Amino acid sequence: MTNAKLRSLASNWLGFVLLSALLILVFPAVLDDFRLNLVGKYLSFGFVVLGLVLCWGYTGILSLGQGIFFGLGGYCIAMFLKLEASTPENTAIQSTPGIPDFMDWNQLTELPFFWEPFHSFAFTVIAIMAVPAAVAFILAYAMFKRRVGGVYFAIITQAVTAVLTILIIGQQGYTGGINGITDLRTLLGWDIRTDEAHNILYFICVALLLVCILLGRFVLKSKLGRILVAIRDKEERVRFSGYDVANFKVFVFCVAAALAGVGGAMFTLQVGFMSPTIIGIVPSIEMVIFCALGGRLSLIGAVLGALIVNAAKTTFSEMFPELWLFAMGGLFIGVTLFFPRGLAGLVDDYVVPFLSKVFLGDKKTPPPEPAVTKLAE
Amino acid sequence: MFDYTFSELSSILVMQGFAGLILFSVFILMALGLAIIFGQMGVINMAHGEFMILGAYVTYLTSHLFQDFLPFAYPAYFFVAMVFAFIVSGALGLLVEWVMIRHLYARPLDTLLATWGLSLILQQIYRSTFGAREVGVELPDWMMGSLAVTDTVEVQVNGLFVMALTAAITVAVLVLLFKSRWGLQVRAVTTNRVMSGAVGIDTRRVDRMTFGLGCGVAGVAGAAFTMIGSTGPTSGQLYIVDTFLVVVFGGAQSLLGTVASAFTISQSQSALEFFLSGSMAKVITLLIVIGLLMLRPQGLFVLKVRR
Repeated sequence: MTNAKLRSLASNWLGFVLLSALLILVFPAVLDDFRLNLVGKYLSFGFVVLGLVLCWGYTGILSLGQGIFFGLGGYCIAMFLKLEASTPENTAIQSTPGIPDFMDWNQLTELPFFWEPFHSFAFTVIAIMAVPAAVAFILAYAMFKRRVGGVYFAIITQAVTAVLTILIIGQQGYTGGINGITDLRTLLGWDIRTDEAHNILYFICVALLLVCILLGRFVLKSKLGRILVAIRDKEERVRFSGYDVANFKVFVFCVAAALAGVGGAMFTLQVGFMSPTIIGIVPSIEMVIFCALGGRLSLIGAVLGALIVNAAKTTFSEMFPELWLFAMGGLFIGVTLFFPRGLAGLVDDYVVPFLSKVFLGDKKTPPPEPAVTKLAE
Repeated sequence: MFDYTFSELSSILVMQGFAGLILFSVFILMALGLAIIFGQMGVINMAHGEFMILGAYVTYLTSHLFQDFLPFAYPAYFFVAMVFAFIVSGALGLLVEWVMIRHLYARPLDTLLATWGLSLILQQIYRSTFGAREVGVELPDWMMGSLAVTDTVEVQVNGLFVMALTAAITVAVLVLLFKSRWGLQVRAVTTNRVMSGAVGIDTRRVDRMTFGLGCGVAGVAGAAFTMIGSTGPTSGQLYIVDTFLVVVFGGAQSLLGTVASAFTISQSQSALEFFLSGSMAKVITLLIVIGLLMLRPQGLFVLKVRR
């Protein structure tokens, strides 16, 4: 194998292979069941950041509302699981047996119409991706067709997040309110609360995530990906070249939303509940920082960013709850000011040249790639 | 909802309208600073709520200083506190602009993230310094009580005071922007940054002063806020989404638009609040605003600018 071939192979696949090995081999081998479940929970945010890499990193659309798509996906599966857990036998002590417990507490006597389809597993699986994508489509189509973008779009997504969160909290009888949908037990008769189930769900989550990474890579390497970058860097010029910019932006935003929906569903399955506290304004913007820290231009980096920030959050907020917000705030400021390309950018600039020098015998280190210095706008 | 007599209904309308006016004042006070910064500079300041809360805490501290050292002057402490709040928040604003914002002018989306980080840090500083519990100030006697307009309608004095204050601050900002030499420079930079630079306006300095002024106004807003509510470390965040919508809905570059949209949003919210629950009123208001923004993304009032 020639050096050039080796190099292109390595630059394309090394990160992916390392990440797969880490998730499939290393973590299950060294972590106990509880920690592995935690990692699985963090990885469900990995789906969201993949979407953010596509729409923020490559297309320049910053969404502060990924939490709602995460939540919509999560709520879809939670509704299915809740209905399965609320059989007439299990809920015999309620005044209306057969409906979820929180509805009974809120004096509802029959299942609301929008809950009915969630008796079907097939419908639920489709809804996990279709519902977030549909909401994203309405939002994005209305905004992008009128050429609203950038900061305005970010603010609107944040407002939509506020609306949805208030709505979920306010409509207790229909949504479970601030507590969310809890006490989820089985998926098609399979108990999801055992350690064994958690382990299996972890591997399903990893497999799905890796598939999604490949999907994202496919999009970015295709001609479509080129157009997305072009839209980010000079939207007008793309428009003048005859492309309908809005359609591309709508598409990538919907893909990001569907990915977030899958993440939400995996989160619900592994954690066993879904609540508005996970999807509100603050969590939504935290998802952006996962992406920014890992590297908004790197699928692999962003997933690692989600892992690192979440792990740090769990560790620090247990040990020094006071310091955590300082650390988080510092992360936001530091990353945007000094490392706009995140950890992946550091690896590209320093680690990769070093490795290629050692293993491939490069004479001099290649200069840091200039193509991505000009980020979004 | 329809079993009220006409006079009862009209009293309710007036009272809700008054509650709406107080909300309107809070929106205006917050949105003014935000509109100056966002409209004139295109910078999203997510920490704006925290600048406001800083003003509120300064007012709280000042009130205690007066209680301890100048009890005879207590009725007037608020006016001193307002000046302090302006200076402290404005100074912090200048510092933040110098350290952080000026490096990010080319990347507005990143400003948004960085200022969000700043807001987290400020919140935690408040929490460590003042505790997680909300603090309130004691109102001087003349601000307590309410005026009975008719048998069924009465209005609170502190609410009236805040409204008057809001009107005064709004006029002051408008005069500053449209009658002063500095305002002329700010408007010139907004309209055409390159050209302004070419005719000798120090655009960086204008930016810094604008940011400082916006934050200072936020501080005054916080001072006024203590008159009608208590202050906690996260109080600012509660209003930030609404305020951004106010600014965007009004048309970012137009202060008049900001006032109009603050009025519309606050009034519709407080009117709906009477018939629906508070959360549903908010949901419907926000949805209407988002819907209108989809139809008219440039906002209510538009200022033609060359970008």
